[in-house]
Amino acid sequence: MVSSINENNSKNGEKKVHSFYFDRWWLLLFGVIAIIVLLVIFKPDPFRRIIIFVYDGIGVTIFTTVVSFVLVLIFGLVAGLGRISKNIILNGMATIYVELVRGIPLLVQLMFWYFAFPSVIQEVGNAFGISSFATYRANPFLMAILGLTFCYSAYMSEVYRAGIQSISKGQMEAARSLGMNYFQSMRFVILPQAIRVILPPVGNEFITLLKDSSLISVVAVADITRRGREFMAANFIPIQTWVMVALLYLVLTLFSARIVNWIERKTKLER
Amino acid sequence: MEPIIHIDQIHKYFGHVHALRGVSLDIYKGEVVVVIGPSGSGKSTLLRCINRLEEFDQGQIVVDGITLDSAENINAVRTEVGMVFQQFNLFPHLSVLENVTLAQTVVRKRNPTEAKKTGMQLLEKVGIPEKAHVYPLQLSGGQQQRVAIARALAMNPKIMLFDEPTSALDPEMIQEVLDVMLALAREGMTMVVVSHEMGFARAAANRAILMDEGQIIEEAPPNVLFTNPTNERTKLFLSKVLL
Ligand SMILES: Nc1ncnc2c1ncn2[C@@H]1O[C@H](COP(=O)(O)OP(=O)(O)O)[C@@H](O)[C@H]1O
Ligand SMILES: [Mg+2]
Repeated sequence: MVSSINENNSKNGEKKVHSFYFDRWWLLLFGVIAIIVLLVIFKPDPFRRIIIFVYDGIGVTIFTTVVSFVLVLIFGLVAGLGRISKNIILNGMATIYVELVRGIPLLVQLMFWYFAFPSVIQEVGNAFGISSFATYRANPFLMAILGLTFCYSAYMSEVYRAGIQSISKGQMEAARSLGMNYFQSMRFVILPQAIRVILPPVGNEFITLLKDSSLISVVAVADITRRGREFMAANFIPIQTWVMVALLYLVLTLFSARIVNWIERKTKLER
Repeated sequence: MEPIIHIDQIHKYFGHVHALRGVSLDIYKGEVVVVIGPSGSGKSTLLRCINRLEEFDQGQIVVDGITLDSAENINAVRTEVGMVFQQFNLFPHLSVLENVTLAQTVVRKRNPTEAKKTGMQLLEKVGIPEKAHVYPLQLSGGQQQRVAIARALAMNPKIMLFDEPTSALDPEMIQEVLDVMLALAREGMTMVVVSHEMGFARAAANRAILMDEGQIIEEAPPNVLFTNPTNERTKLFLSKVLL
């Protein structure tokens, strides 16, 4: 048992333990930030120049990652429900989608969405005389988000599937026997329990997505990586450029990891 | 009089396992029917067919005039039929009271105040109003099962199904659950109870039924079935249970 000093019976009779806990891994993040600051202060040439040049790429990376991830949370759930569905057609479609997507490198998928997909639309437009299709131009941002979402929804569906299947069958049966339909049972009984189980892997997916978003640099999106490449092409200082790019990614990933960890601890304490 | 549950020649297969082999049974309003039989004889499957947690392959079941065919009918029937499981299956992420109010608000569309009022009344009925704000896993097995009964009653069912409600309980907790069930039987609830608690069967049941290998073997008032069985298989089974 935890010591009872700070244990109070709240009005719900639910026990909450208010312990002060400092997550020491924050120090690693602060360390990385300190290194960046020191480099910028003591070696402004080239580090300050690099940061200024790459700066807008940071926003692009964060924006693309966050938008894609929100979509991934939604479509991943849809695909995950398909994977556990007893309906042969839904299940088959979801399974084929997941298996195909997992078997193709993300970089190749991004290439497809940016270079091939628009051509497909144009061909269709030409063939059927739909002028808005025939003149379709790919928006790099849109295609990058589409590509990341399409791929990561498949990964995420497996996370959802595992989480939902970890909840005992009796829970669904109890909910159904009370007259709740499938979606009500999912919404009020299964998912709230599954979320606690899947939080760590979901956090993991976010961080992996953040790193993999560097691949969109090859399809004309000016994220951190692409800006780094542009800087290097103009200045020929590879070591400093890529060290700084790496440090910037570290700040983002280490920060995300801490936030995920914090949410995990918070949801645990609430029970 | 029309039976409230009409089961007509149902068959159920699990792959190659023929779990129910032409079971027919009529249960009338206010009746308490106890089902006994060896493990694997199809008792749970029969109960689960009544509220369609299990689909059956042949035959017909009519519950309170509703034939189980479309999805709409299934949900309509399920709101009329409460079910209590061996493993309680309480919702661990919700407090005891929330367990009892959830389906009231989601399915019956009662407002939260009303649902809570009903919920507290039922918790009092099963004898644990003081645990309303506790989470299920902090309760003993007997308390959990009583909450599960309250949760089912909250939907105002006309029929209650019990699948071995005391089998997962420590011996000292069995009686507190049986007492709740007995009280329910006295109030005139229609009940189908899979249980080998002979004392409960004698005190509460109008009829006892012995199932074996997916069939109903014998059917009689509990006293008669337990003391004067006619069928050899019933005798054999009872000799094992009543050691
Ligand atoms: N979900 C299932 N899948 C496959 N076989 C099952 C399933 N449920 C029950 N069975 C089989 O059906 C038969 C009857 O089971 P059940 O109704 O649980 O018996 P009882 O409740 O009387 O012990 C058994 O042979 C059992 O193995
Ligand atoms: Mg059983």
